[in-house]
Amino acid sequence: MLIRLNVNGEWREADVWPGSSLLAMLRDDLGLWGTKNACEQGECGSCSVWLDGDLVCSCLVLAAQAEGRMVETVESLGREGALHPVQAAFLEAGAVQCGFCTPGFEVAVADLLRHDAHPTDETIREALSGNLCRCTGYQKIVDAVHVAADRMGEVAP
Amino acid sequence: MPVTDRIAEAGKGAIVGVSAPRVDGTPKVLGEFAYGSDLWVEGMLHGATVRSPHPSARVRHVDVSGALAMPGVRHAMTAADLPAGRRYGLDYADQPVLAEDVVRYAGEPVAIVAADSAEEARAAAAAVRVDYEVLPAVTDMEAALRPDAPPVSERGNVLRHVRIEHGDPEAEADVWVEGYYEVGMQDQAPLGPEAGLAIPAADGGVDLYVSTQWLHSDQKQIAPCVGLPESKVRLHLAGVGGAFGAREDVHMHIHACLLALATGRPVKMTYGREESFFGHVHRHPARIWVRTGARRDGMLVNCRVRLLLDGGAYTSSSPAVVLNASTFAPGPYEVPNALIEGTCVYTNNPPAGAMRGFGAVQVCVAHEAQMDRLAAALDMDPVELRLKNVLHTGSVLPTGQVIHGSAPAREVLERCVALPMPSDLPAAFRDRVTLPGGAGNVGRGEHVRRGVGYALGYKNIAYSEGYDDSSEARVRLERGPHGVVATVHSAAVEVGQGLQTVLAQIVRTELGVDEVVQMGADTEVGSAGSTSASRQTVMAGGAVAAACSRVREHLFARAAARSHAGATLAGPLRLADGRVFAGDVAIGVVADLLDPPLEATEVYRHRPTARLDGRGQGDPHVMFAFGAMRAVVEVDLDLGLVRVVQLGGVQDVGKALNPRGVEGQIEGGAAQGLGLALLEEIQLRDGKIANASFTDYLLPTILDMPPVVSAIVEEPEPGSPYGAKGVGEGATIVATAAVAAALRDATGRELSRVPVTPDDLVGISGPRTSAGPAPIPDVPGPRPVYEYR
Repeated sequence: MLIRLNVNGEWREADVWPGSSLLAMLRDDLGLWGTKNACEQGECGSCSVWLDGDLVCSCLVLAAQAEGRMVETVESLGREGALHPVQAAFLEAGAVQCGFCTPGFEVAVADLLRHDAHPTDETIREALSGNLCRCTGYQKIVDAVHVAADRMGEVAP
Repeated sequence: MPVTDRIAEAGKGAIVGVSAPRVDGTPKVLGEFAYGSDLWVEGMLHGATVRSPHPSARVRHVDVSGALAMPGVRHAMTAADLPAGRRYGLDYADQPVLAEDVVRYAGEPVAIVAADSAEEARAAAAAVRVDYEVLPAVTDMEAALRPDAPPVSERGNVLRHVRIEHGDPEAEADVWVEGYYEVGMQDQAPLGPEAGLAIPAADGGVDLYVSTQWLHSDQKQIAPCVGLPESKVRLHLAGVGGAFGAREDVHMHIHACLLALATGRPVKMTYGREESFFGHVHRHPARIWVRTGARRDGMLVNCRVRLLLDGGAYTSSSPAVVLNASTFAPGPYEVPNALIEGTCVYTNNPPAGAMRGFGAVQVCVAHEAQMDRLAAALDMDPVELRLKNVLHTGSVLPTGQVIHGSAPAREVLERCVALPMPSDLPAAFRDRVTLPGGAGNVGRGEHVRRGVGYALGYKNIAYSEGYDDSSEARVRLERGPHGVVATVHSAAVEVGQGLQTVLAQIVRTELGVDEVVQMGADTEVGSAGSTSASRQTVMAGGAVAAACSRVREHLFARAAARSHAGATLAGPLRLADGRVFAGDVAIGVVADLLDPPLEATEVYRHRPTARLDGRGQGDPHVMFAFGAMRAVVEVDLDLGLVRVVQLGGVQDVGKALNPRGVEGQIEGGAAQGLGLALLEEIQLRDGKIANASFTDYLLPTILDMPPVVSAIVEEPEPGSPYGAKGVGEGATIVATAAVAAALRDATGRELSRVPVTPDDLVGISGPRTSAGPAPIPDVPGPRPVYEYR
């Protein structure tokens, strides 16, 4: 079935099978590999994207449900030489090891900071409890959120 | 090609000892880093695997005709399509590529298919009809030792037995404490699934891009199974999304290569999460019986351990795991007399193999519980008891091995005790979400009790028992468009731990360059050995340092020859500021000395080790790293809910080449240990995995993990590059035991099994009991019952 949706500001379409998830369409049909597939059950948050501005697990959304809607992925955040503050903070805080969970975490952190510019540790942990990381023990991810919040507070008071 | 061949270097000036930024950081935060599951090439097919639902069955017939008739399906293979006897395995090739006459575990591959799309391949796999005759299964490790147990392996059910006799095992003590402990089956659960892409080549060979831990071991196992010489099976590393031991064994490698060679098309295979649980080995479940004897003053006298590991259906790395568990069973303490009897059995459970900590995790749960129990019996402080008996340089281990290298176990534990404690504000005065169970706690924290527990542990670095796990590296120094460039080529695998960053730091330190380029890891350079056993900092690092050293020698020779020929040099040669100096006199500019470029390939070897003799005596391990952990927990005694308040980890690393990288290993290792203490267990029902998903197999989330405070102890290891030891496993070894100790402190309960459940904490289920130690198998020890290497 032909699905048309707006991804990172650009209208894209693809002919997908009816059972395709939004995650599969993004990765396999649109070549956006940054959104990761680790559990296919909405448990790990590796596939986090925004759908009409809401944070969702793209593995739990049918591609067909995204027809005509706005999707933002990790690729919308930054690019080489112009990293998003959250991406820069992940590097600076040492929050990246294998990196497989990183894109999903970055989307979730950017979403948190859209709603709460200076979250407490408790708020950070609650907000990121839908994302699994197997490498870092999360300590440096919490650090990264604070670094990003401080950085973003400086540029846009 | 989607594969990153060269990884550009960031972090100029970042030498050894500095927390250098990751060389692969930018592509990872941008989502541009290509993992195995991201590989794509025009015209590729997708492979899928048919797996046995039975733990033990005869395969009467496999019918792929239905699958082949389905749309998009290009090929299907069973054992009948392969020459007989094609088997693989890390050190002992006993695992059929596809099940032949029988299946030995639920999840064993029986057939493979290739189709145009992943959905079509999955549908075709489901359409393969297999006629099984279900056979009796051995699904309990003690049952495997019964005389009437059906033989799982062609060699019977004893995989290996290790017997270590030390001093007088009959020596009497003033005080004895006795314990029985169980450890459940943990999954490595790397977030990146098993994945790879096999591309048939014009020369009749195959190129495999795969997420793995040891390219050359894979190559050695794949080649005979696909009927090619090793030179025609070329491996290239795809991005690895975590490993922790799960990628040490072959998974989709051979299947994808077979399908690619049969179809002449590239074939990609990616496991979903459920298949991943069946597609790799797990941590060995353990049962451990211990009697520890001490003098009244707390000095250990005797330690008698019998331990049993469930190796599952195939050998994998079990021989080395049971050796480790046995040699570390008494813990990091001097004990003059000991009898350690370790057995690993074959069962029809899923195969067990490498996981971070590799045998040392299971015995740490037991030896640290014993130390606490002994401290209670002696009415002594548990930390003081440990410090009285702790190992040090010069100590003699139960194998007779003398620790000649660094062994700062005392300092590790003392630093751990000195780490800052968390706030102890009573539960009633805190935010509800900080109660055990968080927002799910329906009480008011009336019966929340805090507990503190310590664990000390140790483990070998690199491979043991005479294994020559050498590491090769090639370094080239040349003039690039922007200055001098060093290019490193090593087959050592980056799994996320930060090895490539460390290797770049070593090159900068040795050659004084800023720009370091790393070639992708592949089999075009010699083996670097496995990314496991905490060995790559020492082994790949040692190889890169040696190659740099050789390049520098060539550079100095060239500088000396091109300077005023025959003149006496004003002192020893050295590198500084891009120039070669003789004493204080500059005799050449490095950039001007690189025509032609300089290149060196070197192999690094650790000191040789030796196997154990008939009494378990020998010199099996290269070096040792120590770790300590303090856990502070709160338990809701009414509800059995737990909040880990803080973990405090200290690790002995010899030298921290990248201190922030070490912190990351401590924090991440602590999380995996916490997982095994409280959450993580593969539930087996009659040999079948009942919880193969992240919904049912619980990993610690950011809400389960507390803040981690840590410290690094640096006492250089003599003879090791920069004095470094490995860093990957120390925290994992001790975290589980520390959390269990803290839970015992909070509840006063025995808690003899991990993971600890809410039922255990409120006393609905009592401590695990045993009818007595497992019998000693009638096989010669401590050698493996067959030559496995």
